[in-house]
Amino acid sequence: MKQVLGYDPKMIELSEICRTFYLGEQAVHALNKVNLRIEQGEYISVMGPSGSGKSTLLNAIGLLDRPNSGEYLIDNIATSSLKEEQRAAIRRDKIGFVFQSYHLIGRLSAQENIALPMVLAGVAPSQRDPAVKQVLAKLGLTDRAHHLPNQLSGGQRQRVAIGRAILMNPSILLADEPTGNLDSKSGAEVIEVLEQLNQQGITLLVVTHDGALGKRARRRIRMVDGKIVDDIRQ
Amino acid sequence: MRLLDIIQFTGQTLGRHRFRSAMTLVSMAIGVAAVVTLTGLGEGARGYVLGQFSFLGTDTLIMFPGRRETTGGMPPVTGSAARDITLADTRTLKRVVRGLEQVAPLVVGSATISYESRSRESVTIGTTASFFEIREIQMRRGKPLPDLPMEQAKNICVIGETLKTELFGNSPAIGKWLRVSDRRCRIIGLTEGRGDAFGMDLSDAVFIPVATAQSLFNTEALFRVFFKVKKNYSLTKVEQQLLQIMKERHQGELDVTLVRPDAMISTFNDLLLALTFAIVGIASISLLVAGILIMNITLISVTQRTREIGLLKAIGAPASQIRMLFLTEASLLALIGAVTGVLIGEALVFTGTRLFPDIPFRTPYWAIFSALAIAFATSTVFAYLPANRAAKLEPVNALSVK
Repeated sequence: MKQVLGYDPKMIELSEICRTFYLGEQAVHALNKVNLRIEQGEYISVMGPSGSGKSTLLNAIGLLDRPNSGEYLIDNIATSSLKEEQRAAIRRDKIGFVFQSYHLIGRLSAQENIALPMVLAGVAPSQRDPAVKQVLAKLGLTDRAHHLPNQLSGGQRQRVAIGRAILMNPSILLADEPTGNLDSKSGAEVIEVLEQLNQQGITLLVVTHDGALGKRARRRIRMVDGKIVDDIRQ
Repeated sequence: MRLLDIIQFTGQTLGRHRFRSAMTLVSMAIGVAAVVTLTGLGEGARGYVLGQFSFLGTDTLIMFPGRRETTGGMPPVTGSAARDITLADTRTLKRVVRGLEQVAPLVVGSATISYESRSRESVTIGTTASFFEIREIQMRRGKPLPDLPMEQAKNICVIGETLKTELFGNSPAIGKWLRVSDRRCRIIGLTEGRGDAFGMDLSDAVFIPVATAQSLFNTEALFRVFFKVKKNYSLTKVEQQLLQIMKERHQGELDVTLVRPDAMISTFNDLLLALTFAIVGIASISLLVAGILIMNITLISVTQRTREIGLLKAIGAPASQIRMLFLTEASLLALIGAVTGVLIGEALVFTGTRLFPDIPFRTPYWAIFSALAIAFATSTVFAYLPANRAAKLEPVNALSVK
């Protein structure tokens, strides 16, 4: 999976991606021949009714799920033929996830939660600790570093989750309803953090129900029944 | 992942479920403690029994008259045979056979021992100075029997501790004249302790020179002859010579039996070792049970932490790493439990040695090592199934579990 370095700046390309689930006898086309190109540094929102395939799209881009057909390139790496171990390595190095329900590990402090990707990757503490400190500072969590998740507010928890997502300097940040569990003030804070990161160059893809949040993105995608029906750039 | 990180991560998980971890630990500890303690007991019993026979030494041969072929039935212990072993035989053997360090003839009988108004029926042993050396009989006071020519009778005796107390109480006995049946013998020494075990308590015996005993019991026949073989001489070769010469002296018929205590001891050793292994085998079942418990605990852990597994996969942990984390968790539990078990077991064995100082309770290193190894192996083997299940979870499904 050698990376082809070239002029082509495109970093993510989905072509003819299909993902079908079976509910009993009935086939549900969560993704139906989806084509999508995402350039470096874009800010994209994905909206649409429940069951339109938003989350399936995010899982496919995040390599959490395998499409039934089609090809998906990330940084010019074709992923359809990769083994699970290789997909895990790409998730680790190129993709950051932010979930609606944070997915923090309750027994670990904020700092330990953020450090987790580097711990799993076997990065030495001498390299790890400065990186974690930097992320904590960036997200304004330095004084919360040793708190457990249940000692933090919802907004703080989501910021810890964002810290964990950006620690490895991923190419793309995938956020699934990042404000879904937050009050409006905390939600606004989290969005502000995500947009700041985007301004610093990270690609941001947000899946949301929230129309106001969706409208903030420079590129807005609308999905219905597993197809992209609108793709608007400002 | 770095080793230190793995241990820290696992430690935090175990610390989160203290009660569950503690219970698993206890079950493993009990299993290991059982193995360690029972091995200690078994080895103690073996050591004790062997210790009871060790006075015979591995360089000793015992000859007695009769042979299974000539008398029939059980090997003769009472010593009934057509031809007796005599002092003359003993003398010849001592002179001719190469490699003999000590030869001690033995005549044993029961005689009435009396001093002033007190009298006892007691075991009376006619022997020589060599017997004291072969059997390593310790003296409390005075001297053992002197190194007299075998045929020379002398009116002297050595008595055991119990007999001395019974006849003399606390007053000194050395130099006093003891009546042994119809003879008077001067007491020249007191033996210490039980003398030896082997079914005979020598602490209430009387030792007199062998010739004296022969005339006392009016017999030429020896009950036993003890031989001590010199160092660097083969026991088997000496044995062959002894039998050869006895055969020649007894008109070509082999009618004596030679016993090698070392063969006897090794038989006992084998028996007791087999017993120890059987006990340990039974105790190992509890280790197996602990292993199954660890499997269940790991299964519960995997089920409860499905979301966490999903997250770890999402942030880049490959399946092998997830499997390794759960296996580490199980084996860390097992190892801590096993080490605790070894400590508990050793404490119990130590208590045993305090309560019964005579019995050398001791758990051999092989038992401790194999208990640890079995604990580790069962936990790993049993945890593999649930750990593998965790490793194979689809990240999408794992993350969405409520």
